[in-house]
Amino acid sequence: MAEPHVETTVHADHEHKPHGWRRWVFATNHKDIGTMYLILACLMFFIGGSAAMVIRAELFKPGMQLVDPGMFNSLTTLHGLIMIFGAIMPAWVGLANWMIPLQIGAPDMALPRLNNLSFWILPFAFTLLIGTLFVPGSAPAGGWTMYPPLTLQFGSSFPMLIFAIHLMGVSSILGAINVIVTIMNLRAPGMTLLRMPLFVWTWLITAFLLIAVMPVLAGAVTMMLTDHFFGTSFFNAAGGGDPVMFQHIFWFFGHPEVYIMILPAFGVISEIIPTFSRKPLFGYEAMVYATASIAFLSFIVWAHHMFTVGLPVTAQLFFMFSTMLIAVPTGVKVFNWVATMWKGSLSFEPPMLFAVAFLFLFSIGGFSGLMLALVPADYQYHGTYFVVAHFHYVLVTGAAFAIMGAVYYWLPKWSGRMYNMALAKWHFWLSTIFVNVLFFPQHFLGLAGMPRRIPDYAVQFTDWNMVSSIGGFAFGLSQLLLPYIVWQCVRAGKPVEGNRAWDGAHGLEWELPSPPPFHSWTVPPSDALIARGAEH
Amino acid sequence: MSTMNRARLGILGGTLALLAAAAGAPAARAQSGWSLINMPRGVTDVSAKIYGLHMMAFWVCVGIAVVVFGVMIWSLIFHRRSRGAVADVTLVHNTRVEIVWTTIPVLILIAMAVPAANVLVRINNNANAKLDIRVTGFQWGWQYDYVGSGVSFVSKLDYRSDAARELDSGIDPDTVPHYLLNVDHPLVVPTGTKIRLLVTSVDVIHSWWLPDFGVKRDAIPGYINEVSFTVDPNRPGVYRGQCTELCGRDHAYMPVVVRAVSPADFAAWLKQQQALQKQGVDLSAQTPAPSG
Repeated sequence: MAEPHVETTVHADHEHKPHGWRRWVFATNHKDIGTMYLILACLMFFIGGSAAMVIRAELFKPGMQLVDPGMFNSLTTLHGLIMIFGAIMPAWVGLANWMIPLQIGAPDMALPRLNNLSFWILPFAFTLLIGTLFVPGSAPAGGWTMYPPLTLQFGSSFPMLIFAIHLMGVSSILGAINVIVTIMNLRAPGMTLLRMPLFVWTWLITAFLLIAVMPVLAGAVTMMLTDHFFGTSFFNAAGGGDPVMFQHIFWFFGHPEVYIMILPAFGVISEIIPTFSRKPLFGYEAMVYATASIAFLSFIVWAHHMFTVGLPVTAQLFFMFSTMLIAVPTGVKVFNWVATMWKGSLSFEPPMLFAVAFLFLFSIGGFSGLMLALVPADYQYHGTYFVVAHFHYVLVTGAAFAIMGAVYYWLPKWSGRMYNMALAKWHFWLSTIFVNVLFFPQHFLGLAGMPRRIPDYAVQFTDWNMVSSIGGFAFGLSQLLLPYIVWQCVRAGKPVEGNRAWDGAHGLEWELPSPPPFHSWTVPPSDALIARGAEH
Repeated sequence: MSTMNRARLGILGGTLALLAAAAGAPAARAQSGWSLINMPRGVTDVSAKIYGLHMMAFWVCVGIAVVVFGVMIWSLIFHRRSRGAVADVTLVHNTRVEIVWTTIPVLILIAMAVPAANVLVRINNNANAKLDIRVTGFQWGWQYDYVGSGVSFVSKLDYRSDAARELDSGIDPDTVPHYLLNVDHPLVVPTGTKIRLLVTSVDVIHSWWLPDFGVKRDAIPGYINEVSFTVDPNRPGVYRGQCTELCGRDHAYMPVVVRAVSPADFAAWLKQQQALQKQGVDLSAQTPAPSG
């Protein structure tokens, strides 16, 4: 059969691409906007990471050596808010922007100007958030969970915090709308839903979660705002209100939020493993249904963050059972990834290294999650470093490793160049070794009795804290390799031959040139091309 | 030896080297931190049940990990292209295996959920307590009231810890007895007696946690949370815990210290406190902590 005609670089020479600062400020191109999101995410990762470095430095030994306890609490709060809302979420939106149109055969996102707004809200939001460090009373210090009444004790930073949260929420909601409309309306003819790559599926489902829960967060923080400034008593017991109601509303957002952060990771792993196993993804439909099940279940587990507040026993039982249930579709996904590798022909380029590390280490996070689900045991785990260990395993070795794997996977497509693979493997091994040195001992600390969100501790916790801090410094330092590798690749990496950077890669994005033209799929891909890309 | 396995040995060696380096760091302390890696079984009926559940869950997870990681490691070794493996592209889906690896986890979860639900219901039975104590969290300490006895006092961070914890205090925490885990007036309770705590707060949310008792309950303004326990009569002693809900600047500095004594000793102590109060002594007044 004749090679179908695909967009070539001949057209690129005649493209009318905006130039200078206008190209970026007024960007409506999904590739440019995707790049901006990724750069923002990288910057926020290092800012949030710097806060973590100070935290681990203070926790290196007992006694206070560096910061005032109030500042420590502010750094903990900012670390959480920046990593969640500034690093992980924008990184996923950046990857969605870059890859969804390419993978479904669409010329761009459905709402390009809305896309621009969604991005440009964020630098303002984060300037506001980080700016709280410099106002009287300094940054908010109630944890990223912002529980009242504590959060209401912080002065000038409080309205800035609330406004920043609102801005981030609007950005996410608008971005999610864009993703859904794009996927539902702009798929090329022949790209049926059950032919879409898993990354597109997981983002479709994630977008619904975002629209469902970001408004709930907005409601919760607005009620806190009116409690503080307009005399309402939603969360003020003296006025007849209920501090625990905030927790219910917050976690109704908060639990789907963590699935928002991990579902796209599941999508990325489902792209990478088949490529480097040279085998199609095992159980494609099961994977779609498992993702949808996880998303549905994520709405009915929220109170597992609240097992010690004094819920009725019946409620504790319900949430224990629903939380344990989520392990089932998640396990199904892990088994399907392993089955994809099974009897494959495996090679271990950097994307695959990160994907395999994800499988091992995210699973460890899953195991501690299962333990946390058991309410009586959680009475001992809650509020300790055991929880900190759990969520860092699923968010760092889970979401963050998947993001890094995605960058190493698709960077040759975006830039048309291959990065320094030896250096990338150094980045991988240093990250993997030291992330475990950093977080594994935190399981011990939590079980042995160390609470979380404390700047100083009893002397029997010194040894493992020291190990954890050493791991933290080494992990943090080794992350500097990533932007260097990307920068070096984009500037002077060896050009990739042909469209397919990886011999086992399938999908419409690999049918385009590397880099793809500024406007790609201006002519939709043929059904033959889609079939070749789908391969399942 | 393959690159992968060489690398794994390298990880192990590197980690051990790091641990050795850290262990060589100054200050030998009485209780080695390295051995503190697990939840204590504790000294109450509650803590023992929780510990049993925790260890069961842990071993189930280890078992699942051995199986799943075992399959993964096998595949990583034997299905590599560099070893000449050729991909079997017909292995794409299998409905039967999907059902099997959905059903088996459900069965494992049910097997875990039954004992967990059992323990949950039993430890939340607060009826028939012999002694009620109101625990009130505040920024930054605990107030204890022995309901019906008139005895009431504030328990705050011991003055020696408080001095050492300041930034650039010049005091080595290793020289402070029970650094950050010592108070001026510990809670005193009788062993072998079902005790019910009534936990609340007057400002922000705190959480009262004593790991050795298996007791943690949030102290929330506007709420009175009940939690109960019985200390093993064979285990009198001093037990230490901390506030476990971020409550502001000094969240790390409001420890929970309980002295468990025989019922006879408790009755004598309570009588003595009542007498002191009658004489007009302020039970919350700062005195050097008796328990070390």
